[in-house]
Amino acid sequence: MATVDTAAPNAAPAHTGGHYTTTGLDNRKIAIWAFIGSECMLFTSLISTYLIYKGRSLVGPFPHEQWTDPATGKVFPAILDIPVTSASTFVLLMSSLAMVLAHDAVVNADNPNRKSWQSSKLWLGMTALLGAVFLGFQAYEFTSFVHEGLTIRTNLFGSSFFTLTGFHGAHVTAGVIWLLSLLAIDFKRGLTPRDELAVDMAALYWHFVDVVWIVIFTLVYLIQ
Amino acid sequence: MATTVAAPAYAPAHSEEATGLWSWLTTVDHKRIGILYLFTSLFFFVWGGVEAAIIRAQLAAPNLNVVSADTYNQIFTMHGTTMVFLAIMPLSAAFFNLLIPLQVGARDVAFPRLNAFSYWIYLLGGIFISLPVFFHAAPDGGWFGYTPLTTKAHSPGINIDFWVIGLQILGISTLAASFNFITTIVNMRAPGMNMMRMPMFTWNTFVVQFLVLLAFPVITIALQFLIFDRFFGTNFYTTAAGADPLLWQHLFWIFGHPEVYILILPAFGLVSEVIPTFSRKPIFGYPVMVYATVLIGFLGFGVWAHHMFSVGMGPIADSVFSLTTMLIAIPTGVKIFNWISTMWGGALNFTTAMKFAVALVGMFTVGGISGVMHSSPPADLQQTDTYFIVAHFHYVLFGGSMFGLFAGVYHYFPKFSGRLMSEKLGNWSFWIMFLGMNLTFFPMHYSGLLGMPRRIYTYDADQGYTLFNQLSTLGTTILIVGIALTLHNLGRSWRKGERAGNDPWGAGTLEWSIPSPPPDYNFAELPNVTSRYPLWDVKAPELTREVPHTEAGDRRLGIGGPQAVTNGHEMGEVHVNPTAGSAHAGEGAPVMANAAASARRLPTAKELGIPMPNPSIMPLVCATGVVVMFCGLLFLGKSMATGVGIMILGALWWVASLYNWLTTPLEDAH
Repeated sequence: MATVDTAAPNAAPAHTGGHYTTTGLDNRKIAIWAFIGSECMLFTSLISTYLIYKGRSLVGPFPHEQWTDPATGKVFPAILDIPVTSASTFVLLMSSLAMVLAHDAVVNADNPNRKSWQSSKLWLGMTALLGAVFLGFQAYEFTSFVHEGLTIRTNLFGSSFFTLTGFHGAHVTAGVIWLLSLLAIDFKRGLTPRDELAVDMAALYWHFVDVVWIVIFTLVYLIQ
Repeated sequence: MATTVAAPAYAPAHSEEATGLWSWLTTVDHKRIGILYLFTSLFFFVWGGVEAAIIRAQLAAPNLNVVSADTYNQIFTMHGTTMVFLAIMPLSAAFFNLLIPLQVGARDVAFPRLNAFSYWIYLLGGIFISLPVFFHAAPDGGWFGYTPLTTKAHSPGINIDFWVIGLQILGISTLAASFNFITTIVNMRAPGMNMMRMPMFTWNTFVVQFLVLLAFPVITIALQFLIFDRFFGTNFYTTAAGADPLLWQHLFWIFGHPEVYILILPAFGLVSEVIPTFSRKPIFGYPVMVYATVLIGFLGFGVWAHHMFSVGMGPIADSVFSLTTMLIAIPTGVKIFNWISTMWGGALNFTTAMKFAVALVGMFTVGGISGVMHSSPPADLQQTDTYFIVAHFHYVLFGGSMFGLFAGVYHYFPKFSGRLMSEKLGNWSFWIMFLGMNLTFFPMHYSGLLGMPRRIYTYDADQGYTLFNQLSTLGTTILIVGIALTLHNLGRSWRKGERAGNDPWGAGTLEWSIPSPPPDYNFAELPNVTSRYPLWDVKAPELTREVPHTEAGDRRLGIGGPQAVTNGHEMGEVHVNPTAGSAHAGEGAPVMANAAASARRLPTAKELGIPMPNPSIMPLVCATGVVVMFCGLLFLGKSMATGVGIMILGALWWVASLYNWLTTPLEDAH
């Protein structure tokens, strides 16, 4: 409740757009947290379904074991490529670091003592780039799975795997578009500390999508 | 303290805002959006009522053939879907819109354009899911759309496509509204309104929004799986591929049971405003009411499998869900007793709103008790899928939700229209509805216990159901008359009802401190709140003696300030927007008491220097794009290229309008 003490109507912090708010926070900050809460349930449903269906596919290919098609005798190796996905996971985690630096650069945009590497353009671009690289990895993974004989229709694993990781990929895509929009504004007029909240919201979303990937990577790829 | 121009009471609100169709299409004012919600949801309520009338006509006698079995499937599916998603939920949303900013002392919701977007998505989604009934292509899989019945293999037609896509569209509207109202309630309360001073309706809304926030993503995913199964050949619900036949049921009811509370809690909230007002007593046990509401919210997520006892989950799951279901009856019972205790010893005034509210207390108890009966699996196995269940949930949804919402309509109509509804017509309407409702649904207990299954399109004369079905059909006819009277009352009073004034009922919460209808800015000056009934503190302090107003607490919260202390007004320093002559501000000087002032028009937001959001067409444009995008799915079966083309067009459409929306400031620079 400490914030309430200071939030007198006429002394509303600048970042609330000059409007009085109960918590002193901008409305958008509350809303993005509510949105993230909702997204948690979205991914919980997807991940639970994946786990419920784990090991229940009647035909292969399977994620962690090899499978021989009884009709043709063809052998399908375990399909998940953990080293490659570890690399893409690393890329996505590094994008979170870049996002933190981007936010820091925006906060310090007016600071005369800021270092030359504290550039919001650099780090916003870097975050979007790393996100795009992650999506490239995912596109490569999906294509190679289809070549190896696993599509969204093949079995329960295919349906739940492609839907889960596809939903995550769609979230990353939306995040990249969001970051590129911020970057465009940055090039157009320059982001200043007044834009802190706009960058902060994108950052919260981006970190959330990263955390979800850590859960997916652990439950889908690492635990056999 | 009162330095700004105070709004005069009892003056007809000559607002300067534009009228006409364009102003309604572009409005971002929560009160106008609430009115749009109100009339749209009442329209769909009538629509769902027509469907109910067809069901009852078909069942009026054995072996009738008013509609075919196939049409009957479509009608009962659409009756359920319409009433749940297009009538009761949006009617509740009408009250969220009309009341939440007024009750918390705000000038609008947190995101006015998002609010308009929610409404337009609801309207377009409602049309989308309702129209196919004219082409004999309406959804026909029941309102809970159980798989595998609704998979492509068993329902190859386009009917279920409309249902899955329609619900997905409507979900966007509900979720967007939940972000909006959570933010509004958390962040836009007037100074001094801490959580335990919020009106009960606001509390119920707050809990409902969290239920929406957490339950709707689950149905979104369940529907998405079904969409993928139907359109892209995935296997989520294909038992032949090893899929769990219960996956849909679990996902659906994890959403579906919180949904039950999403339907009833707003009505509980309205009744918790109506009963104290017409008992002239603060609500009994306010903190316990709050805890009960929150507890219902929590427990509501832990009871879903009681809808599934008959699928054979095993003794452990059955026992656990049986127990949690019995537990949730406790906070619900607490509410019933608190309403009764509020009335106990009060100066009761049985207006129409009060009659509906008291009827809720009685009728919901009937439905609640038959609900506790189903919590026992052995009893449920006998009752499930019979008309006994139909009787139970109609007592809860009609006797509960609808009666509560009708209480809200009669109670709050004066606030948003500025006019009173006819009490005489209301009285007739109430008693006819009360009779009709009981005559319709009470015999269903008997036909259900005799074994009459739900969703069956006819029965034989020797099955013993005839008498009870005839009573139900007779009851429906009476019920229709009662509802028609209220709708007539609504239309008539809208045009020529008596002028209401600020506070026709002598109520105690903030919304009654401002003119009716409120000006677009609601509060000329943001109120300071020092108790749960800020208006009673000013107008009838004797009613609020037992309600906490700790001065120290106020100072700690930084409201009231030094003036409150020097004035020594422990409760009177509440600075609500003055009503004519009766409100005291600061030193106790009456504000704007003279007749000349009250004859003047209300000052505009511009004159008061209050920044107001600009109207915008973008919410409607964006909502249309979203719906176009979803429509593309329907064409996938015919032609992949056309379907994908329409989806891309829709996506570009809404993204472009979203960019326009986000880059246009809400308000003019000030």
